[in-house]
Amino acid sequence: MKQQSNNAYKKKKRKQARGLVKICMITVIAAFFAVLFLMPIVLTITNSFMSASEISANYGQVFATTDTGGKTFIAERVNLKFIPDMVSFSQYLTVLLKSPDYLFKFWNSVILVVPIVVFQLLVASGAAYGFTRYRGRLKEIIFFIYIILMLMPYQVTLVPNYLVSDWLSILDTRWAIWLPGIFSPFAVYLLAKYMRRIPVSVMEAAQIDGAGEWQIFKNICMPLCKGAICSIAILIFIDYWNMVEQPLILLSDEEMHPLSVFLSKINEGEVGLAFAVATIYMVPPILIFLYGEDYLVEGITYQGGIKG
Amino acid sequence: MRSLKKDVAEKIKNADKPVKASAKKRTESKMTASKRRGTGISWLYLSPSLAGVLLFFVLPFFVVVFYSLVDNPINMEFVFFENFVRVFKNAAFQQAAGNTLKFSLVAVPLAVILSLLLAMMLEYKIPLKSQFRTFFLSPMMVPIASVVLIWQVLFHYNGLSNEILGLFGVAKIDFLKSSYAQVVIIILFLWKNLGYNMILFMAALSSIPKDLLEVAVLESAKPFQIFWYIKLRYLSSTILFVTIMSLINSFKVFREIYLLTGNYPYDTIYMMQHFMNNAFGQLDYQRLSAAAIMMSAVMVVLIGILFLAENHFGKDVEG
Repeated sequence: MKQQSNNAYKKKKRKQARGLVKICMITVIAAFFAVLFLMPIVLTITNSFMSASEISANYGQVFATTDTGGKTFIAERVNLKFIPDMVSFSQYLTVLLKSPDYLFKFWNSVILVVPIVVFQLLVASGAAYGFTRYRGRLKEIIFFIYIILMLMPYQVTLVPNYLVSDWLSILDTRWAIWLPGIFSPFAVYLLAKYMRRIPVSVMEAAQIDGAGEWQIFKNICMPLCKGAICSIAILIFIDYWNMVEQPLILLSDEEMHPLSVFLSKINEGEVGLAFAVATIYMVPPILIFLYGEDYLVEGITYQGGIKG
Repeated sequence: MRSLKKDVAEKIKNADKPVKASAKKRTESKMTASKRRGTGISWLYLSPSLAGVLLFFVLPFFVVVFYSLVDNPINMEFVFFENFVRVFKNAAFQQAAGNTLKFSLVAVPLAVILSLLLAMMLEYKIPLKSQFRTFFLSPMMVPIASVVLIWQVLFHYNGLSNEILGLFGVAKIDFLKSSYAQVVIIILFLWKNLGYNMILFMAALSSIPKDLLEVAVLESAKPFQIFWYIKLRYLSSTILFVTIMSLINSFKVFREIYLLTGNYPYDTIYMMQHFMNNAFGQLDYQRLSAAAIMMSAVMVVLIGILFLAENHFGKDVEG
């Protein structure tokens, strides 16, 4: 009897040990992936703290098109450096004080993205409510059309957008980016999916108590959807903060281009600056990410299950 | 009021089939005057979005269809499928479509499989689990424009990846100006999109009924069997969704290519969006319309096939 229990104990121990090895291996693999995922971001940030001469010494080969052989030393090979020799804020100072061009483009990004986030959510809140209340066959068909539109790539939707902007003569103005963004079906779809999970009985109860549609919308639906609205706001923000296709086609005036397009057009001499600007451009989404990661995860999860 | 909110939140959690049944009953009951008024008001809430979507997406799409069928916007003579044939025979279009197709065929399955592996890795009780989730998700937040510089450093002719390959005796590769360009873009695509897909899979994995897995373990099913016969079945609708989203995102990869290489990339990464941009530049409405319609048709067919496939494989599982 004792022997048996001892054996069982040993078996259990062995199994535990094997489990531990497995966990260790998985942790190592996960860590490896984590390093790969984080490396480009971390490198961009650390490189932004290098002085101009350090940058050109390290990356001269990458960005120089001709051998200048001037004052700065250009290395034979590219040194990828994780930590700058000397932390210097000179790049940031130059961006903030001497080259307003980058800051101006940053402002362009803000002014293009913020109205889209705010008004897309406003329009979508109403629409989601409309899709939730008094559902009928016609509404379901329209909702289906919204889903199809949401799934269409830019290569398809930009053509109609361009035509309308042309007719309304808002081409080459910010309205050409704002309006299609504001009426994008994306937020409507997500918010409606969330709102439809609110039990009808809740709204009916409010109705019996004498609440009008506006009161139901404002006092019941909106407070309940607060979390979903935050999630969707984050998703919209990252998408538009990263926009490239729309400004290239709808805004021919490069002065109005957002930083997401302009950053790729750096000159050789400004590589160090570009690292600093790239880091500044990352700050808003990363801050949002750090404070709203759970909302983001929730938002992505709601996106899943497209049939529901 | 506060207790009402709590009550409602509780109800949302429990809401499922009974509610659907009551909704059905509701629509079946005869329409009273107040209900008719309510319906009208609900359309009022819908109207701003509906007007915008009609104006910016739906109505112009019909115009696009019309443009694709006429010889030019001024003459407006019907030529039926001539524009489509012309676009289809265009060498640039063939290259763009071929490259885009090739890219999606490789990148989308990779994005689905690798993200599922990542999600399954985070299923285990490993230390720093939530930190790992944050790390994997972070590339999604970072604008491509911000990391393009580092990407250029990594994949330059004299860059880090060539140094590492050099350690193994591999000759230098000019990544962005050779047929390897597509490999770089696929890596960049995976880097950006895996986290998003992983979150979807994590949610799906955690919704698999625990008792089912426990029974399988008690019946001494092997881990592979559990994965193949149980988990995969429950994941099928998520796999469908992740595939669709990866497909859509794979069409957005123009961003990465444009920011890395500008308007005139190496031949193998000349994508549909490059073709469209050129057509926009020439204001060739016929070509644009025909290409857009072909593309939307392909999208509808692809998504339809995916839905059918999911119906076939996931029909014996509920939810």
